[in-house]
Amino acid sequence: MAATSVAPPLARKRRPPRQHGAQRRANAAVYAVAVLLIIVMLAPVAYIIIGGFRTNAEITTDPSGFPRVWQVGNYVDVLTGGVFWQQVLNSTIAAVTTTVAVVALGLMVSFAIARYNFRGRGALYALYAAGLMFPMTVAITPLYIMVRSIGLMNKLGGVILPQIAFALPVTVIILVPFLRAIPTELQEAAAIDGCSRLGFFWRMVLPLSLPGVITVGILAFIGSWNSYLLPLFILNDDAAYTLPLGVQAFASRYSVDTARVLAFTSLAMLPALAFFSLFERRIVGGLTGAVKG
Amino acid sequence: MTSISESSRPANGSRVDLPAGGGDTSVSSPPRRRRRGLGWAERLEIVALTGPATIVFLAFVMFPVAMAAYYGFFRWEGYGVPTDFIGFQNYITIIKDPIFHDALKHNAFIVVMSLVLQGPAALLLALLMNRKMRGQSVIRVLIFVPYVISEVVVGTGWSLMLQSAGAVNDALEKIGLGFLANEWLSDPDIAIWTLMLIITWKYIGFAVIIFLAGLQGIPQEIYEAAQIDGASYWQIQRRITLPLLGPTIRIWAFLSMIGSLQLFDLVYIIWGQYIASTAGTSTMATYMVSYGRNAGSFGYGNAVAVVLFLISLVCALTYQRFVLRRDTEGAVTGGAR
Repeated sequence: MAATSVAPPLARKRRPPRQHGAQRRANAAVYAVAVLLIIVMLAPVAYIIIGGFRTNAEITTDPSGFPRVWQVGNYVDVLTGGVFWQQVLNSTIAAVTTTVAVVALGLMVSFAIARYNFRGRGALYALYAAGLMFPMTVAITPLYIMVRSIGLMNKLGGVILPQIAFALPVTVIILVPFLRAIPTELQEAAAIDGCSRLGFFWRMVLPLSLPGVITVGILAFIGSWNSYLLPLFILNDDAAYTLPLGVQAFASRYSVDTARVLAFTSLAMLPALAFFSLFERRIVGGLTGAVKG
Repeated sequence: MTSISESSRPANGSRVDLPAGGGDTSVSSPPRRRRRGLGWAERLEIVALTGPATIVFLAFVMFPVAMAAYYGFFRWEGYGVPTDFIGFQNYITIIKDPIFHDALKHNAFIVVMSLVLQGPAALLLALLMNRKMRGQSVIRVLIFVPYVISEVVVGTGWSLMLQSAGAVNDALEKIGLGFLANEWLSDPDIAIWTLMLIITWKYIGFAVIIFLAGLQGIPQEIYEAAQIDGASYWQIQRRITLPLLGPTIRIWAFLSMIGSLQLFDLVYIIWGQYIASTAGTSTMATYMVSYGRNAGSFGYGNAVAVVLFLISLVCALTYQRFVLRRDTEGAVTGGAR
């Protein structure tokens, strides 16, 4: 770094032509570690995806090898069966509904906490902050009883409502600083121009807090997409299964058909991976912003 | 690129307020104070804005948690109204149950080992990746992939790979390390280390990412000053980076600790409800599900939940009191020691 900043501006266009031997060795070591790291991180994922292209006989005789012939049959079987798509649909409905509701409700309550001056505001914020301390694991049994008594067993609604509630604390904690950071002058200017406070919410707050909104939306979406414990308790009916439950059920039902299980599993993780690669910057930025800003 | 990730952070640099205490202070600066009393329209707006979220939150978070405490005092199969009040009997059973003791020990082991394994490794990786290098953003994404994949997929994949005739043992054989092949999942001496391996693989990306963010928040001038003073690379890391990264590390450790105490999905998927305890990987949460709902003892399951919550709470408060306090007091150089 120091070397490049000392170099004349012309030379900066290209990479520094020569590095010290020690530095080059250090760089090589860093790259070696990085490559090793990537291999370790991706090997299990690759195993699942590649395994789906093999036959069971191959997997049995040579568990860690590559496919001799790349079979697409397992993937085609899964994709043409109705089970997979039903579960994708269920997962999508649950995740989208949860996300939309969390963002809407979270934005509303965060806006009130951030921009209104009322008694109990601090207490309300503290309530949501305290909510971070209650993981779903602790409340799962009474939640199950409650969902059962309001007749939402085996219905996606029984998963969605608790998910919304448990995603709210993080949402409020992330959004309140965003909304508070919007300058008061902006609100006053809007008020002078005849904008009501709710109009201000729609016209100014929403666009300005979009990065925060996207972040909490993604967190809620991935949380719902991957959630396991709650669906395990609430959804006992195959038709209502979300993907995580589906993967587990498929893996135990076809436990001898390893190749098909691997194909199903890799298809199940694809949506999350695709979603992640689309929004990678937002997710990473949002998480780091939430933990340490 | 950086501008996007910058702008997605709150401009005033606030961070997650840890519960129990932090709440009130951070709401101290009212954004506006135009008039004293609130008009009825304004009151209505506040109610309309806060009402729906708060109702959902109270109904589906606070109410069930409170009910867990209530149900815990009953012997109850989960049907009708609990009537068989047995006082603290459930709690006495939990405290005396050796199977719960095992689960508690495993949780304690996982808490400690998560910190010991992931912390230094993630720190080292973050330091390595904080150097200017090509492909840095690609590595950043790839290291994060396991964190995004669901626990079920991770568990299914790993349990297939780790079978005695699975890919891991086979690959070890191939590269001439056959003597390392093991009963990864069923040998009680090894299983919990296998679990730690999977946990490390899945969650280390999260640690690296937040450490990297912390590193990028350290002003460049400090490094330059140290370089001019002739400090070596490792001296700089030890004397400057580590202390300045202290708050980030402590927050991560807090999140890791709470997550380890609540661990459920991975264990339940890989080891199932029956063999987790014989393999020595059961946790308090899997104990709760196995001996609560799956055994039809809902009162007992709720009591376990309360115990699990209290243990987490005590750990969290202790940690806040003795470790995080420095950060909330605003001491930047808490020191790594």
